[in-house]
Amino acid sequence: VTQTAPRNPDWQRLDPRMLAVTPLRQLAGLLPVIAVVLVIGVRQDIGGQLYGLLAGVLVVLAGVLRWLTTRYRITKERVELRSGLLFRTTRSVPRDRIRSVDVTAGPVHRLFGLSVVKIGTGERTDGAESRELTLDAVSAAEADRMRQRLLNRLGAGNPDHSGVPVEPTATELAALNWSWLRFAPLTVSSLVAVGAVAGAFGQLIGEVSDVADLGGVRERLSAAPLWLGVSAFAVLVLVIALVGSVLIFVEAWWGFRLVRELGGTLRTHRGLLTIRSVSLEERRLRGVEVIEPPLLRIGRGARATAVATGLGGGRGALLPPAPRGEAHRVTGAVLTEDPSPTRTTLRRHPLVALRRRLVRAVLPVLVGSAVLWLAPVPAWAAWATLGLLPVTVLLALDAYRNLGHALTSRYLVTRHGAGVRDTVALQRSGVIGWTVSQSFFQRRAGLVTVTATTAAGGGAYSVIDVGHAEGLAVAEQTVPGLLGPFLQYDVGGATNTLSSRL
Amino acid sequence: MSESLRLRPPRQLVSRRAIAWWTAQAALEVAAVLIPLGGGWILWSGARPWLTGITIAVVVVGLGYVLVMPQWRFRVHRWETTHDAVYTSAGWISQEWRVAPMSRIQTVDIERGPLQQLFGLATVTVTTASAAGALRLAGLDRALAEDLVEQLTHTTQATPGDAT
Repeated sequence: VTQTAPRNPDWQRLDPRMLAVTPLRQLAGLLPVIAVVLVIGVRQDIGGQLYGLLAGVLVVLAGVLRWLTTRYRITKERVELRSGLLFRTTRSVPRDRIRSVDVTAGPVHRLFGLSVVKIGTGERTDGAESRELTLDAVSAAEADRMRQRLLNRLGAGNPDHSGVPVEPTATELAALNWSWLRFAPLTVSSLVAVGAVAGAFGQLIGEVSDVADLGGVRERLSAAPLWLGVSAFAVLVLVIALVGSVLIFVEAWWGFRLVRELGGTLRTHRGLLTIRSVSLEERRLRGVEVIEPPLLRIGRGARATAVATGLGGGRGALLPPAPRGEAHRVTGAVLTEDPSPTRTTLRRHPLVALRRRLVRAVLPVLVGSAVLWLAPVPAWAAWATLGLLPVTVLLALDAYRNLGHALTSRYLVTRHGAGVRDTVALQRSGVIGWTVSQSFFQRRAGLVTVTATTAAGGGAYSVIDVGHAEGLAVAEQTVPGLLGPFLQYDVGGATNTLSSRL
Repeated sequence: MSESLRLRPPRQLVSRRAIAWWTAQAALEVAAVLIPLGGGWILWSGARPWLTGITIAVVVVGLGYVLVMPQWRFRVHRWETTHDAVYTSAGWISQEWRVAPMSRIQTVDIERGPLQQLFGLATVTVTTASAAGALRLAGLDRALAEDLVEQLTHTTQATPGDAT
């Protein structure tokens, strides 16, 4: 399918069908504007039409130019991408640095059988220079071939120029269960839906109200009793949230599968309109995270994500919102550990940590209430502020209950969160440094926060408010010999180094 | 597990001139608050009754900050390199200790702000593959900082692997 550049047989062009896709997608982006123009009607003058035509020609020309000037090649050692006419850029990624290959196909791309390939390296991005190559777009078959070739290190030795896609044997780790649809309204997507509809509605009202008052609707609305209006509005919002979140869930997770492919690659595949496939090299996996946001937690649901180098921006999702047990099972399956380290019984942190949380929950409310008491506002405002106390205290109790850590043979497990509960299992061999921090109040309470730094995911995972000595000991046990040389062990005034003691 | 397990301070002190640097920095910060206050006091006579109190409070707190913070920092800020790791401590009221193994160091940068140049100081930043694990050795003597960067670069180049 791909055409070769005349000068060098290795260099390939993007798929020529892109020439049609780019203008169409631009057009799709302009759809709301076009709709508004059609509804409201704009004075048709020759100038406007000319500009429209010119813009259309420019879009097509830009697409052609991009296609003409963009070439890529995959050699034994590197993937290279050349693009630009005036500013020629050559991006080059060593193949052994490739951590992930994402294949995405939006509706327009799918119409033409195309896919966008994103090749990610785990490198830190300082400033604008992103270490990611995007090929927009190649044929779906080529994308699949590329994905397998780039991530399958076993096959990297023999040159795979035959073009015959080798279907690797894959084990399924998880697949969509439609009963999980019940978690959809418990995610932020329900808020997103309400926001989107409200935004669109607001715009519509703004445009329509100038044209006509639709059959006296406004008059009838203002005549209705207030409680009716409010409850009707509440029901409407609820329905939009429900339907919207379900739609978003279906679009995002349709046909979801998580598989382990031969050669050590984890791959998720999902999407109804836009198909997204994320492939991740297993040896780049540094751990897993089970997150339970407040609403999902009430519904006994959770999310599971991978902690991996070169995998940011929410691409690490291992599961749709799913039952908590399933989330733990899948993280275990991904790490090939049974039971999952995220299920480990955690050690509680000292009770002083609870005191700290209670102080933080109570003090600001009391201060706020006192300020309102002195301020020239009605007295009930001060009392009402005190009404927040039960909420903040409950959150503080929850925050303390969620604190914990444990060390398994291969993982450091830590948990924290108020309302939301966040459990991380981090590979001990993936820890590349420690930060021990102690605030004034922590010092007085004999607590520290011990943070493991890692190249993966968020870059740092903390054991928060752990006992001073225990936190240091855990750090040293996690990666023996890293923190140890800087630890001291005092016995009745005498000082020993740690290594003689542990 | 013992209650008396603790991190020992790193062996090297930062340059004594760092005290002067931090003092200058603190003085500038306090001045940045005081100058608008003073301006308001002069220009807006109606506000003087309460502005006077605020200004006095800022002067007292600011003076304490300028006098105490640099000395305190100087006692906390320390660093050390061993064959295997870089170890730093920093802070004053809140304190922090960081360790990065040599094998995971990716870049070693040196940086001199205008104030630091005035005092012949430099800050060495040691970054690892983690987005959150950079070690900053602030207030080192300039010549020493340059030697340190050279030594660290040499050591880390000799270490194989991609440090992730």
